[in-house]
Order: sequence, then C-alpha cells, then structure tokens
Amino acid sequence: MLLLIQYTLIFASVLILVALGGCFSEHSGVINLGLEGIMVMGALGGALGMRFLPIGIPGFFYILLVLLFAILVGVLYSSLLAVAAINFRADQTIVGTALNMLGTAAATVIVKAMNTAANPNDVSSIIQYIEPKKKFIVYFGSFEFNWFMLITLIILAGAWFVLYKTKFGLRLMACGEHPQAADSVGINVHKMRWSGVLISGALGGLGGICYILAGVSEWRFEYGVAGFGFLALAVMIFGQWKPTRIALAALMFGFFRALSNTYMGFGFLQALNLPSTIYNMLPYIISIIVLALTSKNSKAPKAEGIPYDKGQR
Amino acid sequence: MDTPYAIEMLNITKKFPGIIANDNITLQLKRGEIHALLGENGAGKSTLMSVLFGLYQPEEGVIKKDGKEVKINDPNDANDLGIGMVHQHFKLVECFTVLDNIILGVEPNKHGVLQKEEARKKVIALSKKYGLMVDPDAKIEDITVGMQQRTEILKMLYRENEILIFDEPTAVLTPQEIDELMQIMRNLKAEGKSILFISHKLAEIMAVADRCTILRKGKYIGTVETAKTTAQELSSLMVGRNVNFHIEKKPQKLGDVVLEVENMTVASKSHNNNAVKNVSLKVRAGEIVCLAGIDGNGQTEFVHGLTGLEPLVSGTVKLKGQDITKAPIRKRNTSGMSHIPEDRHKHGLVLDYSLENNLVLETYFEPEYTSPAGFLKKDNIRKTAERLIKEFDVRSGQGPVTIARAMSGGNQQKAIIAREIDKDPDLLVAVQPTRGLDVGAIEFVHKQLIDRRDSGKAVLLVSLELDEVMDVPDRILVMYEGEIVGEFDPKKTTQEELGLYMAGAKRMEVKA
Repeated sequence: MLLLIQYTLIFASVLILVALGGCFSEHSGVINLGLEGIMVMGALGGALGMRFLPIGIPGFFYILLVLLFAILVGVLYSSLLAVAAINFRADQTIVGTALNMLGTAAATVIVKAMNTAANPNDVSSIIQYIEPKKKFIVYFGSFEFNWFMLITLIILAGAWFVLYKTKFGLRLMACGEHPQAADSVGINVHKMRWSGVLISGALGGLGGICYILAGVSEWRFEYGVAGFGFLALAVMIFGQWKPTRIALAALMFGFFRALSNTYMGFGFLQALNLPSTIYNMLPYIISIIVLALTSKNSKAPKAEGIPYDKGQR
Repeated sequence: MDTPYAIEMLNITKKFPGIIANDNITLQLKRGEIHALLGENGAGKSTLMSVLFGLYQPEEGVIKKDGKEVKINDPNDANDLGIGMVHQHFKLVECFTVLDNIILGVEPNKHGVLQKEEARKKVIALSKKYGLMVDPDAKIEDITVGMQQRTEILKMLYRENEILIFDEPTAVLTPQEIDELMQIMRNLKAEGKSILFISHKLAEIMAVADRCTILRKGKYIGTVETAKTTAQELSSLMVGRNVNFHIEKKPQKLGDVVLEVENMTVASKSHNNNAVKNVSLKVRAGEIVCLAGIDGNGQTEFVHGLTGLEPLVSGTVKLKGQDITKAPIRKRNTSGMSHIPEDRHKHGLVLDYSLENNLVLETYFEPEYTSPAGFLKKDNIRKTAERLIKEFDVRSGQGPVTIARAMSGGNQQKAIIAREIDKDPDLLVAVQPTRGLDVGAIEFVHKQLIDRRDSGKAVLLVSLELDEVMDVPDRILVMYEGEIVGEFDPKKTTQEELGLYMAGAKRMEVKA
C-alpha cells in the first residue's frame, strides 16, 4: 500500500511538472506537442550531470546542479519550437512532432557517442547513476521520499500564483486567448509566447529527469520516456489548463501508472490473474477514454496554435 | 496650448501598391468636441486611423498634438499621447473579467504581483462618474455587447486618454443601447474629452457630432458643422451623387406558401441550451420576410438548420410542400432553395478557386458543365461566368480566372448573389447580404431582393441592420434567444418598438 502511494506520488510529480509546462506554453498561445522530446532531452541533461559531477558535492547543491542541467537542456531544446513556431510561424503540430522524433534519436546518438560502458568495446546507450540517485531520496521508515515530490508541490503552488496573481500571468493568458487584444494594449505578444515556451521547456526538462530517476538507477535512452509527454498533455487537457485540476488529474493518472508497478502487492488484483501488460496499458487506455468523454467541453486557450500575425486585425 | 486643436492630421498621404488610400487628407479635432469621420467603405477611414495609431507610416503629412508635431511609430506611442480607441471588433479577452480586461497592459502591481483592489476602486469611480454601469467582476463572455462596449470605453478612461476614437460603435447595438451610447458620449464631452466618431450612419452623426469630416475614395471632401447641414447633404457629399434612400416596391401579390418551417429546434455549438427553440414560420411567394434581431439570438443556427448546414433536433422544413427536413444540401439547392450565406468566406466561396469555378459551384455537375465521361466543359463554364459577370457587374482584376481571394469584399458578395439568383430559386435565403458593403452596392443588393419578390418568388432576409429591416421586407419577425417574439408590418412600426422586442423587453404570441 505504501509502495502504491509512493509510486503514485512520484509519477504524479512527473505528470504535474510536464503538464504545467504544457499549460504555460498553451496559455501563451503555442501548442507544445514536443513535450515528450523535451523530457528526453532534459533527462539527458540531468543524467549527464549525475554521471560527471563529482559525487563529493553536498547533497543540496548536487540536486540543484542536476536540476539546473535538466532545466537548461530543456530550455535550449524548447527554443527550437519557439523559433520555428513564433518567429517563423511554422505549424506547431509538425514542429512538436519533429521535436519528439529528434529528442529520443539525438539522445541515443549522444549517449552512444560518449559510450559510458565499462568495457570500451561495448557500445552502450545506457547512463548509470546508482550513487547519485541516492541523494534524491530520504527514507521515512519504509516510505521512500523523493525530493521531487516537494519540488513539484512548490512549483505547482508557484505556477498557480504566477498564472492568476501576477502581471506576467495575466499578460501570458491574454496572448493565448486574444493576441490582438494584448497587442492593442502594448503587450509584446512574441515576447510573451517565447516566455511561455521556454517555461514549458524548463518544466518539461525537470519532468524528464524526474521520470528517469523515479524508476531504476540507470537509463537506456532508446526508451525515451514511454509516452509520458503525451500522457502529460492528456492530463493538461483533462485538467482544463488549470494548475489545481492538473494536479488532481495527474494524481489519477499517476495512480494507474503506479498500479502497474505494484499490483502484485494486492491479493485481490493478483487473484484476477491478468497479464501485467494490462496494467502497463492502463494509464494510456484511461487517457483515451477520459479525453473522449471530456474533450467536448474542454476550453482550450482560444488562440492556441495560431501564429500571431500583426497585420491581421 | 494656444491652439484649439487636440490632434491634427495635416495633409496625410498614404499609398499602397496600386492605390492611394489617403490622398492629402486633413483632419483637425478640437478639444472637447465630438467630431465625426464619415465615408463609405474603402473611403480611407481605417487607413487614416491606422496612421494615427502608428500602424502605418504616411508618405507625406504631419501629425500634431496640441500644436506640436509628434511622431507615432506604434500603438504604444499613440497611447502615450493619450489617444485611445474603441475598435469595431472589440479587443477583449472573453474568459477574463471586465476588470482584468481594463487593467491589461497597465496593471497596478507590486513587484509583479497584481494589486486589483486599487484598480477596482478606480474603475467603480469612473463608471459612476460617466454613467458606465458594468459589473467589474463579470466575465466578458457573460455580458451583453453593450456592456462589452462600456468595458472598452472604461479601458480608455482608466488609461486617462484624452482623445477617444469610436470606430463604428453603433453597428452592434440595439436602438436603446445606441441612445445610451450617445448620452455617454455627451457626458464624456462635458468632461472635456475629445471624441472622434467614425460612422456611416447619418442620423447618429447629426444627433451627436459637432463637426463632420467627409472622405470619399481616399480624398478629403470637406469638414462641415452639423448644425449647418442636413443628412441629405452629408450623404451626397459622402457618395458623390444623390442617393435614393427610398426603395421602390410594386404592390404586393401574395402567392402560395413556399417555405413552411414547423417547430424547428437546433442545438447550439457554444452552449448547452438549444440555439433555436421551437420556431415555426411561413414564407409565401411574392413576399420578403425579414428575420430581425441582435446578433447571436439564433438567427445563424436557424439558417443553418434551414439550409442543411446543421441537423435539426426536432421539427420539419417543407419547401413547396415537399418535406426536406433531412434532405442533403444539394437536394435543397436543386429543388429551388438558394442561400446567400452569412459568412461568405466560409460558406459562400472557395477562396482559392477562380471566379468562374466559384460561379458554377452548385451546378457544375449538370450536363451543361460536365460531359458524361466526367470531364468539365470549360467552355460552357467560361460562357456562364462571362454572362454573370456582365449581368451583375462583378469587378475583378482578371475576369473569370481571377482567384476569388483577390477580389474585394463587395465583389465577392456580388459573385455569390449572381450565382444564387441565376438559379432562379423559389426561395432565396439571404443572410446579412449587405454586410460590409458600401452605399452603392447596398442599393444594388436591395434591388435584387425586391426584383425576386416582384417576380413572384419568396425571399427570407436575415438582417441586423435596422434600416434594412425597416425598408426592404413586407413582414418582420423578431428573434430573441432562439424564439420568435414578435411579428410586424414595417409600415406600422418604429425602430424603437422593434428594439424593445429585440432586447427581450417585450414579446407577443406569434402564430406561423
């Protein structure tokens, strides 16, 4: 039971971080389908950080540096979307898809080129971080508390505050709803959209490193992030682009994902004698069902996906 | 401050490739006056305002504020000079509250954190001072168009703008709301604001403006004091000839029922209620029936249900006694219904097709245009196109092969009207057929509608323009929140009376 809660929380953390990222991008008016790719790149940044940072650094700074690496790579990678979608008015769906395909492929190539395998004759796409991983975890009895849970909570509260209580949030959402209106009162729409996309890059990168740290202590980059970027998009839509609802939606999806790791611990589930693949599929099946049922009433930011053209008034 | 003018635009010339949009135009706005800018579509009003807001840089001419020359490079510069504008299409974020929309761009904040209380007090004080009643916490999507307009006005006042520009502000309002707006404008003037009022409605200009500057085809015609002129004179200055406001109609010869709608209900796309609720009506041969109402009261959905663009929830539609409730659109087209759609870009034309192909969109499959093997008969299509272009005076750059997108709005509309009327339909459904057209083109469209009626066919006109509602039809049905709430004879009613029904203040039982 404790294990189920623990996994639910850590998977929900991933989904919350990435979905909030998508939320910022879409509120600024840019659809970010590239979250999956951004997660992989962020994970790569963080994993390389863990691989090469001297393990002697005190825990707090170590965590901070790893996070910074993940954020930095995520932001850099997302700037590709920003340049293409905002400055060159490219189709956002296509750019996002390109980012996804590029993400996993590029990460695999980079890791293979570095080849961290013990025997230099093996070509490996794996990065190991057995020791560094321990720095992220604190045990309360048998409960494995991951610092990411706290970080996510802080970011969640921060995202809510920024969106609804600050000048920046008001302007950001105006650009996603009615950029012409924002422009007419002197708001620089391109600047706000850039901010939205870069924030999504930062949060997507964070979500990526959180995802690969949540599981095992090494990562094979060919695997990417197993569709978690898309799951986060589903969470964002189900959460109606609102941080509080996103958190609830993420907990639900996280729960089903956690179930696939822990169902063996529940006698009655084990008794059903279902193949484990069923549990593995659950979050994705649920996301299809949920979106099919709810997306009719979903209220996406009105101007998302439409490149802003000053001339069109 | 030794000049009486708040803003002066002197000898402005702005050229676009192939056209001089503003040719040596001078506009002088006195402090504390209401100054009308009058002109037809394409006269250069919008261009002139874009120059004032720094969206365009003029080739020649200067702009002066309080007698000093200023340079306006973008809307922020205009805002800094105290110039604000209520746009024709409101620039409001629908899911934000009134207050959020007002402060957007000039948010009171401490280190980036919004301080809304302060703003709320200021907004409430302003709305009391100028009689602009609106709830600051209501969302834009929940309030009426009139209130949205007040929000736009409050936006300017909140920014302490001294020069207020209203771009065609009455187009979307009911007669009562128009009266209120006029009063608000007078209040603003009394407080020393200078107002520029862009319009082509002469009665309003005569009622509220002190002076009026007239533009025609990009040229400056003159500035007159409204106290010393008449609406008739203004109109001939605007159009350059005498316009016949009176519409000639032959005595009515009513025929059989052509369209019979019974208990039609259509779902809404934007909310959970039905947009059209149990509407029944009849249109007979030889009459023009006008469906009037404020935009968004179900007229669009009614027409979509009637023409087959959307399915009905319940009810029946009969055309010449034949049930076409479930008939596909082509069947309706070929059995005597024509449709001039509200959105000519979305439903009227294939914008990237040539004019000739657009003209046969509803008939291309006839043997006249398609050979048995399935090939188009280009020669016949060309002939028909050339005939229609001549008959309906559709003007375009390259004749039949012009891409529809490249044509002006008025000529796109003429092309649609040509196509629809050439089918000689028993029922013509015309939805806002004169929207965005200038006086000359409006006259033409009205004449076409009356010709249909006089030749013994039925016309269902959907209109938001009260002048059109009063002048063209034989019978008016008012629609409010998806129901028909009144039936009138245009000769025996007034715009004010209609306005009360359109706003939902009054209603009567109407039997189809």
